[in-house]
Amino acid sequence: MRLDFSNPGKKWKLYASLLSDQKELGLPFPREWTHENFKLPPNWREIFLKNMESVLKKYRSVRLFMDLCVHCGACADKCPFFLATRDPHNMPVARQDLFRSVYKKFFDASGKLLGTTAGAVKDLDEKVVDDWYTYFYQCSECRRCGVFCPYGIDTAEITIAAREVLLSIGLSTKSTTQSINKCEFIGNHLGIPPAAMANSLEFMEEELREEGWDVEIPLNKKGAEILFVTPSADYFGDPHWYTMKGYVKLFHVLDLDYTLSTYASEGGNFGLFLSYEHMKKINAKIYKEAKRLGVKWILGGECGHMYRVVHNFMGSIHEEPPDFLEEPVSPITGTKFKNAVSTKMVHICEFTADLIKHGKLKLDPSKNDQYVVTYHDSCNPARAMGLIEEPRYILRHVCNHYVELDPSVNRERTICCTAGGGLLTDECLELRYQAIKPKIDAIKRSGANFLALICAIDKAAFPTYMRHYKLPIRVGGVHELVGNALVPP
Amino acid sequence: MPEIEFKGQKYIVDEDGFLQEPEKWSPELAEHMAKIYEGIDKLTDEHWKVINFLRDYFKKYGIAPPIRILCKTTGFSLQKIYELFPSGPANGACKVAGLPKPTGCV
Repeated sequence: MRLDFSNPGKKWKLYASLLSDQKELGLPFPREWTHENFKLPPNWREIFLKNMESVLKKYRSVRLFMDLCVHCGACADKCPFFLATRDPHNMPVARQDLFRSVYKKFFDASGKLLGTTAGAVKDLDEKVVDDWYTYFYQCSECRRCGVFCPYGIDTAEITIAAREVLLSIGLSTKSTTQSINKCEFIGNHLGIPPAAMANSLEFMEEELREEGWDVEIPLNKKGAEILFVTPSADYFGDPHWYTMKGYVKLFHVLDLDYTLSTYASEGGNFGLFLSYEHMKKINAKIYKEAKRLGVKWILGGECGHMYRVVHNFMGSIHEEPPDFLEEPVSPITGTKFKNAVSTKMVHICEFTADLIKHGKLKLDPSKNDQYVVTYHDSCNPARAMGLIEEPRYILRHVCNHYVELDPSVNRERTICCTAGGGLLTDECLELRYQAIKPKIDAIKRSGANFLALICAIDKAAFPTYMRHYKLPIRVGGVHELVGNALVPP
Repeated sequence: MPEIEFKGQKYIVDEDGFLQEPEKWSPELAEHMAKIYEGIDKLTDEHWKVINFLRDYFKKYGIAPPIRILCKTTGFSLQKIYELFPSGPANGACKVAGLPKPTGCV
């Protein structure tokens, strides 16, 4: 019997990278191509397999995941994109099988011997490439499936490996390469030049002064104790802006010796969506700047992908650990952040939760009384670094009305904003409206009117969903609520 | 890349309708883009206040203004900006003003 594998997911192919971005980033085989005609180089099969071999050799986890899966199907209905499209290829196991079937054919004895019976692909042709491009760019690398997999297979790592192979024959997506290009050449994913960043921060200082907060935001200050790195959207977008105000008010009451930087003006890491090389480049910028400014350690803002790279990849992508920095110690409480010994980067929620625990903050939670707050676990902080209790601990201290979401989509089981992994782009917006539905339903049922979260992509995606589903729910960062509750010095 | 036609001239836009040749932008073209993309019959003074500020800021800083700066300078709330440009400040206002589409986490 043959199953009918119709592909509703095919509608949602992401746009091809611009030629200018491909060229400026030095990507392989720069050209203008379309979904109908990839214009692959003549020897693309050779290149494809050579890169696949190198990925399998370098990243042993990927090879292990290839061999481990028993096709039990526990992951199948855990992927929001499968639930949204009902396209079988969007089941995490089937998404992996796109990679696995090529692996079987060319790199595994059983597939070489038994062919399709052992799950090997019939032939490596453009149809395979088309499937890879479609479905590995319909994965937000959120790793929800991995929570339910009895072997802990991480589909995101397979997605990353597949995208690396696709890049080797010159296939990548527009929104990702555009943002990476801006990050590497201007300084951040939004492409905010240094003068505009300074202007934005000065404007924020002015706004805070009008509200009775005489705050100064230090920029490029050499010799500061701490480098603060946050997504560029925090000093640009809405509602990100209010989170940024929360941070700087907090640093002001602590009289913290810190600085922002125009060079390390991005926390996020869209390189993660494209290749190990660009992931490394964008991550390295932060540490280069920390060295140049002579800071002791790094404090990171409310960001998702930055922490995925810092916690799960930094150790293996860099030749040398950042030993020029010191083990992070909170100058206010003296707490040693032992979890950050190797990366030297502390998450703002760890930092703030520690302050509250030691009674160092004067807070008036009634300032947030107009809100019934719930918390959305941003996938990377929750699943990649286990940051689950700290944000909740903070929220319980800065507001009086806090409710939890349904356990089926909460904590490590969170359904991501469905816009991570390079999917924060409008061509797949309809797909995301569908994929986010289980989460939206849970938020609706919670009765909250404020959705707190700790990732800049969440802050961009959720307000759009709230407008689409006509829900009068405000979206904002945890530190927006901290900022509201802080009692001025 | 797709093209739109206006008064016998062709303009290259991207897949989402953002103008790819910013030097070809004109107030008349903005009126046309507002009609086809945002369903706005006639741009009012309030629309122009937003468009002109976006263009001025872009000329000076090489990027669109942060939303807060846009709102405070024009005196319009974000809600009002959405009323003026249904697709919002980026997909609506920036597009009509001939600015590139914002990238990154916004």
